[in-house]
Amino acid sequence: MAIDAIQMSLLKEVAELDALPVGAYNIRANGESAARNTTANIDIVTKTDKPGIDIIIKPGTKKESVHIPVVLSEAGLKEMVYNDFFIGEDCDIVIIAGCGIHSCGGGDSEHSGIHSFHVGKNAKVRYIEKHYGEGDETADRGKRVMNPTTEVFLEEGASLEMEATQISGIDDTIRKTTAVLAAHSSLVIHEKVMTTGTQSAVSDFTADLNGEGCSCNIISRTVAKDQSRQEFISVLNGNAACAGHSECDSIIMDDAKVLASPQLSASCTEASLIHEAAIGKIAGEQLIKLMTLGLTEQEAEEQIVNGFLK
Amino acid sequence: MLELKNISYDAEDGKEILQDISLKIDDRFVAITGPNGGGKSTLAKIIAGINRPSAGRIFLDGEDITDLSVTERANRGISYAFQQPVRFKGLRVKDLLALASGRDSGLNDSCEILSEVGLCARDYMDRELNDSLSGGEMKRIEIAMILARGTSLSVFDEPEAGIDLWSFQNLIRVFEKMYQQTRGSILIISHQERILNIADKIVYVKDGHIERYGRREDILPELLANTATATTCQVLNEKVEVK
Ligand SMILES: Nc1ncnc2c1ncn2[C@@H]1O[C@H](COP(=O)(O)OP(=O)(O)OP(=O)(O)O)[C@@H](O)[C@H]1O
Ligand SMILES: [Mg+2]
Repeated sequence: MAIDAIQMSLLKEVAELDALPVGAYNIRANGESAARNTTANIDIVTKTDKPGIDIIIKPGTKKESVHIPVVLSEAGLKEMVYNDFFIGEDCDIVIIAGCGIHSCGGGDSEHSGIHSFHVGKNAKVRYIEKHYGEGDETADRGKRVMNPTTEVFLEEGASLEMEATQISGIDDTIRKTTAVLAAHSSLVIHEKVMTTGTQSAVSDFTADLNGEGCSCNIISRTVAKDQSRQEFISVLNGNAACAGHSECDSIIMDDAKVLASPQLSASCTEASLIHEAAIGKIAGEQLIKLMTLGLTEQEAEEQIVNGFLK
Repeated sequence: MLELKNISYDAEDGKEILQDISLKIDDRFVAITGPNGGGKSTLAKIIAGINRPSAGRIFLDGEDITDLSVTERANRGISYAFQQPVRFKGLRVKDLLALASGRDSGLNDSCEILSEVGLCARDYMDRELNDSLSGGEMKRIEIAMILARGTSLSVFDEPEAGIDLWSFQNLIRVFEKMYQQTRGSILIISHQERILNIADKIVYVKDGHIERYGRREDILPELLANTATATTCQVLNEKVEVK
């Protein structure tokens, strides 16, 4: 199957791809595999029992990347995809996922990706995921929906750093992330979300910090505009001598609604868990400062929001 | 030239903060001083357009700017360095310098401006203006933004506050250099004799009005001789007397 121009531009948005990437990749377009490449160290296998792929990375693989972008350019398409990553010991790799929807006409488009990461001992993974929607903005257009589920299993000394971004075009999203951390493993999640119009976004994180010396840091920065709604839920369970930190920082504008509900639970005296949550409008003095530099109020607002989500 | 004509300002709660201030600034370097709470910052905010006067008019080079917004005044050439610099999560020093100068400044431009205020560009360009910067660092960056703008009227609100003893002389040099190298006017709010010392004229603001305004040579000796300003609160007066 060939990749058309709309799909190509979606690929650029979600995976910064102008052409086929180097290294391993699997590009999924309108529910079908459109292109695939494997390398000596990275194998990609189509699942036989359900839609999706297994990505198997040999122990010790370093400085390689895997791209697995998904694009939907047909209205009314709904899919549920399972991608399972098996990352061997001592790997050091980058995984770029991301999903772009271009919808025109009626019918909801929906992509639900269920990703699991089995990260072997002392392996290092950087996982980048970007969600993006575009298309006509007529009142009766179909909704663009994305519901990503991420399950992370970190073995001893493993680390995963995840950057999840959803800045525009997705009407409805429920992001669920769960993680189980063994000794001395580390998980860092940076989430950036902006909602406008009547969009809704829910982020739901749960991490079980089970191993001694493991650490988890969740940093969420969001901007809610217009009548949009956001919900941030984080649950950190400290079951060993560990360090957990979650932080949700939101700018709220117009008639938007933001709900932050952090939860910390500890079953070990050596667990140290912290949560910080702040919701507020753009500080008036920030706008005024930028206006004294010659920016209009709208320009000032844009700069503050862009900087905040950078 | 900046001219204030019969400017008054009332706070939201109705409290009179400035009363009938008339002031013509046609010198290159004017310092405003006076006791805490006297109304100096309020006056600066009136000039920048942040506060709207309840009465009176403001003119810049003959143009009535009373009804112009903060943005419009900034574009007419007014800059204002805040007494308390504003922090931004996510915006970096180089972003603000670019916004201030109106262009993407390379390392060279920024290096020159930041070194004026005693900061090394390499260390600071990429720093966010968040809580991690110290008070003195924020104050220096605030001054650097005004230098980057290079406008015709620069208002500094207590630029020396929080600047360490060793850097103070450098700060004085920054203003002297600005005085020599630009054609603009400098208006500095300050409590420091060493800054008052380099001004052409001094404005003494107290209790919301201008008590004295004149050449430095005339005003400064008087101010220094009169350091014990009378307090109006009886409890405070008694406390001072006991000491
Ligand atoms: N919004 C406000 N509501 C009520 N009172 C205010 C308001 N803003 C300022 N004031 C009061 O107006 C007076 C002048 O304040 P201003 O900040 O201009 O003083 P200042 O001369 O700059 O003092 P300092 O030397 O301490 O910086 C003070 O008594 C202050 O408490
Ligand atoms: Mg003040």
